[in-house]
Amino acid sequence: MGVGFATLFSKEVLRFWKVSFQTLLAPLVATLLYLVVFAQILGQRLSVYPGVGYAAFLVPGLVMMAMLQNAFANSSSSLVQSKVTGNLVFVLLAPLSAFEFFLAYVLAAMLRGLLVGAVVLVTAGFFFPLQIHSLPWILVFCLLATGLSGALGVLAGVWAEKFDQMAAWQNFLILPLTFLSGAFYSLHSLPPLWHFVSRFNPFFYAIDGFRYGFIGVSDVSPWESLLIVGSTCLALSWVTLVLLRSGWRVRP
Amino acid sequence: MSSLERPLPAVEIRAVRKAYGALQALRGVDLTIEQGEIFALLGPNGAGKTTLISILAGLVRADAGTLKVMGHEVTKDYRAARRALGVVPQELVFDPFFSVRETLRIQSGYFGLRHNDDWIDEILENLHLTDKAEVNMRALSGGMKRRVLIGQALVHRPPVIVLDEPTAGVDVELRQTLWRFVRQLNSAGHTILLTTHYLEEAEALCRRVAVLNKGQLVTCEPISELLQGRQAATLEEAFVGLIRDGEA
Repeated sequence: MGVGFATLFSKEVLRFWKVSFQTLLAPLVATLLYLVVFAQILGQRLSVYPGVGYAAFLVPGLVMMAMLQNAFANSSSSLVQSKVTGNLVFVLLAPLSAFEFFLAYVLAAMLRGLLVGAVVLVTAGFFFPLQIHSLPWILVFCLLATGLSGALGVLAGVWAEKFDQMAAWQNFLILPLTFLSGAFYSLHSLPPLWHFVSRFNPFFYAIDGFRYGFIGVSDVSPWESLLIVGSTCLALSWVTLVLLRSGWRVRP
Repeated sequence: MSSLERPLPAVEIRAVRKAYGALQALRGVDLTIEQGEIFALLGPNGAGKTTLISILAGLVRADAGTLKVMGHEVTKDYRAARRALGVVPQELVFDPFFSVRETLRIQSGYFGLRHNDDWIDEILENLHLTDKAEVNMRALSGGMKRRVLIGQALVHRPPVIVLDEPTAGVDVELRQTLWRFVRQLNSAGHTILLTTHYLEEAEALCRRVAVLNKGQLVTCEPISELLQGRQAATLEEAFVGLIRDGEA
């Protein structure tokens, strides 16, 4: 891994940094609105776990939701824009391996997800008191979840050839996965069917494990979440790399 | 000169085939371009020129055959092959997030060159882009964007440069500037492979040409021999005759 990889990574970072109003600040506004609506209005009436306020439950969920959505948006939108406008050719002409290509896009997506998460968390901290139960769990889930989402974004970006195809990923996969992930509620409050369905959603484990790092309580063991998020991240990365090496939809 | 002393061909293409579904884009193309040549690959629209160039550049995968750039096979030894090749694409593509200088620095970095500003400044000067260096790509005219594309292809000093219809939609002044620059690059030792529909330009620049039609190489020879063989006064006349023979 050399200068070529570092250049592609820094180009991807520069790309979202140049439009940080849209890529970093807009997600903050959206997430704060959720916080105001749910924590302020419903917070006094709801309690998910005994002894844990609703805001303390909600904030980690919303932070992780924002990280997942933005990591996906970064890699997927960059790739589909480059394909539609044709400038992906400059990356494809370069002596970069499929692994370098993949890793540069995923790391840049992770960085954007982490920056959005940090901004949302710090801002939320001004309004709601935050507790930290275990920093290592928080960091592990931050990295794995943004990695998973970034890799999914690369897969979507490689597959999509038009903006409406990408919108389908956003609206029919990412949005349901993030909203039905337990960001706003505990899995135990769901009817049996939705409880069962949610157990197949890797974003649920990302949020549950991340939340455990803050409040020390979770719907499932953080080790189970770690196993599922980690293995999903690895499996997605492997599939995407195999497809990239085969030239699928990129080098036809 | 014995065969042992002969320099490697700049480009070596053997039995290359490519199909898109039922459409046979390339039907077993063989082609050799020697180092130091300005070589024109000609053909009507849809003949397979861009497909062949795309396979050479690693943008498209061949179904069969081998391609080498300066002796490096384009799939097995892709890093060395791509370092040896600079490609100017046909379409005016650009990244709207960056300025001209940033674009050239990024392209330079992709090829492993971090501190390349002296050469970038030289490219900007040669392409009359110095005063546009800090301007965003979106704000450039079509001709200026075309010059940046050329700059991007040259930024890693490749020995082989491919220009895919570089003068399509370009005004006369820029065309002349561009061909002057191509001659200058060739004098500096670069091998040039170009495709163009302006046959008089190919005739003026190149010693040898190849004609591709319906995915097959119709001819590959010095222009003088082609004209003599077809008893044609101009390359255009010979070209039209070759394509008509193919239709018959």
